[in-house]
Amino acid sequence: MKKQRNKPRGLQRRKAIAGYQFISPFIIGFLLFMVQPFFQSLYMSFSKVEIGAGGFTMKLNGFTNYIRAFTVDTEFTRLLVEEVGRMTANTLAIMVFSFFVALILNQKFKGRALVRAIFFLPVILSSGVILGIEYDNALLSGIQDVIQQSTQFANVSDVVGDILEAFGLADALVAQVYVLVDSIYDIAISSGIQIIIFLSGLQTVPEAMYEAAAIEGCTAWESLWKITFPMVSSLFLVNWVYTIVDFFMRSDNEVMKKIQATMIINLQYDFASAMAWVYFGVVIVIIGVSSLIISKAVYYYD
Amino acid sequence: MINTTTKNKMDYWERNKSSGGYLLKKTVGSISYRIIRAILLFGMCFMIIQPILNKISISFMAEEDLYNAMVISIPEHFTAGNYNLAVMFMDYWKTLGNTLLISATIALLQIAACTLVGYGFARFEFPLKKLWFACVILIIVIPPQTISTALHLHFRFFDMFGIAELITGSTINLSGSVLPYYLMSAGCMGLKNGLYIYMIRQLFRTIPNEIEEAAYVDGCGTFKTFYRIMLINATPILTSCYLFAFVWQWTDGFYSKMFLGNIKLLSIQLQQISEKLSSYMINTLHLAGGATIGYTQCIIATGTLMVIVPLLILYLFAQKGFVESLSSTGIKM
Repeated sequence: MKKQRNKPRGLQRRKAIAGYQFISPFIIGFLLFMVQPFFQSLYMSFSKVEIGAGGFTMKLNGFTNYIRAFTVDTEFTRLLVEEVGRMTANTLAIMVFSFFVALILNQKFKGRALVRAIFFLPVILSSGVILGIEYDNALLSGIQDVIQQSTQFANVSDVVGDILEAFGLADALVAQVYVLVDSIYDIAISSGIQIIIFLSGLQTVPEAMYEAAAIEGCTAWESLWKITFPMVSSLFLVNWVYTIVDFFMRSDNEVMKKIQATMIINLQYDFASAMAWVYFGVVIVIIGVSSLIISKAVYYYD
Repeated sequence: MINTTTKNKMDYWERNKSSGGYLLKKTVGSISYRIIRAILLFGMCFMIIQPILNKISISFMAEEDLYNAMVISIPEHFTAGNYNLAVMFMDYWKTLGNTLLISATIALLQIAACTLVGYGFARFEFPLKKLWFACVILIIVIPPQTISTALHLHFRFFDMFGIAELITGSTINLSGSVLPYYLMSAGCMGLKNGLYIYMIRQLFRTIPNEIEEAAYVDGCGTFKTFYRIMLINATPILTSCYLFAFVWQWTDGFYSKMFLGNIKLLSIQLQQISEKLSSYMINTLHLAGGATIGYTQCIIATGTLMVIVPLLILYLFAQKGFVESLSSTGIKM
């Protein structure tokens, strides 16, 4: 009697134990290398850290570091606002661009494998230190200036800008779009993974749906919005979060540069952690609010 | 039969007429769409490759070519001197060996650990599963920079629950040694490891339950089922995860600088190349002004090329692993 009741429980318990065995590397790693630094960093941001010969001492001093970040430090607030603005604009542009490219790369045409290979090249080219180096490439812009001066042709985007201004369209929104069009290269090289994710989503949309829609008289444009878009809408959420996280871990991020300089060069661990936590908090709020909004619009087929 | 096919071929205009011009409109539309698409794709591909081509041409230029407005892409004074300098500054061959070894082993360790964890999350029910998975999401979202301060001190004065201090009387300085990073990788706390766990979990969730159950019925234990049945099914995606881990580790500057500072790695050497150039100019060639901006950029371009060329070669051979296996299986996120 007792044995019989215990038997299913026993299997469940065995499975639970096996589950814990499988995730044990993560648990150990998380407890050893994440939990302590996580809380220590939080604690540090509220205290004054002094580094001595045998170790370091921390003394709580309330919000001093945070107040310093916002009121005393001249750069931080400005950099923070700038980076958040740049992040929002870039993330939106990356989403549109990568969805569009994924749609094209999902079609059948000659040389598709080659084009795909080129589009995913940025996954290599825009990672880690290479991106940071790419950005201050003064020589390239120098060469560009020389070409412009020597050929005396006006820059295309300048001309378009002038025309827009002449029509009185150059308000803030158009200006923003204009900046994005100018930075199409940055957008293209930071959307490699997003394209892969969208592409993998597009493959899961059953062909039969399109056929049925076409028979019912649906145009390609309509089936894009009525079928493709809802079917991959969950991936918008994934990509959105991924892009934001990716953006603020990039090595050309001004706020992160400042934090690292404060920590490694000036050895002000307390102040650096406070700034890092402010930035982290801001990004978490952005991710939370925006994914809440997006997840309302996401459609789950199953 | 023959009659109908010839009829179809011959009478395009007739068919067009009978459809009221619809056929012609459709053909023109699809052809122009294809042309526009081809132009667009060509433009974007060119935009992506152009910086590499540019770097290649710059890396072969002698210094005077850089300032010559007539020279744009084909160098007038062809030279391999930039490469010699870059090899010297980066201690290239030794650094390359180090980087290969570290990237390969770290990526292997990370993917092995993440596979186990991802499998655990995908296939087993256990108490507090949601909480642990929330922790995985947390490590995806927390930028390492936020906790880097504390992590730095954590390893500078490393101590496991005060044991080391009891025995030796002081804490162990692990900053600058390789060990902590290997430990972190084994504990899934390395670069982007949360992402790998997430991806691998999604993958294992797509494998049908019946395969697993059949293995259990035939007497496989959980671990045997894992490596005899599930792992084989997952190989393509695990390969591409491994490739990503390898490449990202190769170019990573953050963890390398923090934990592997004493070992010469390409990413770190590349960041220091301009300082080395100017000190070489001043100390060895006795040029008081150091290197000019243009020449520094030229050497940086050469160095960058040398860092990414091994990756490009890898990409050429393993292109399918990078792209096709991930995109064609259609992982549901």
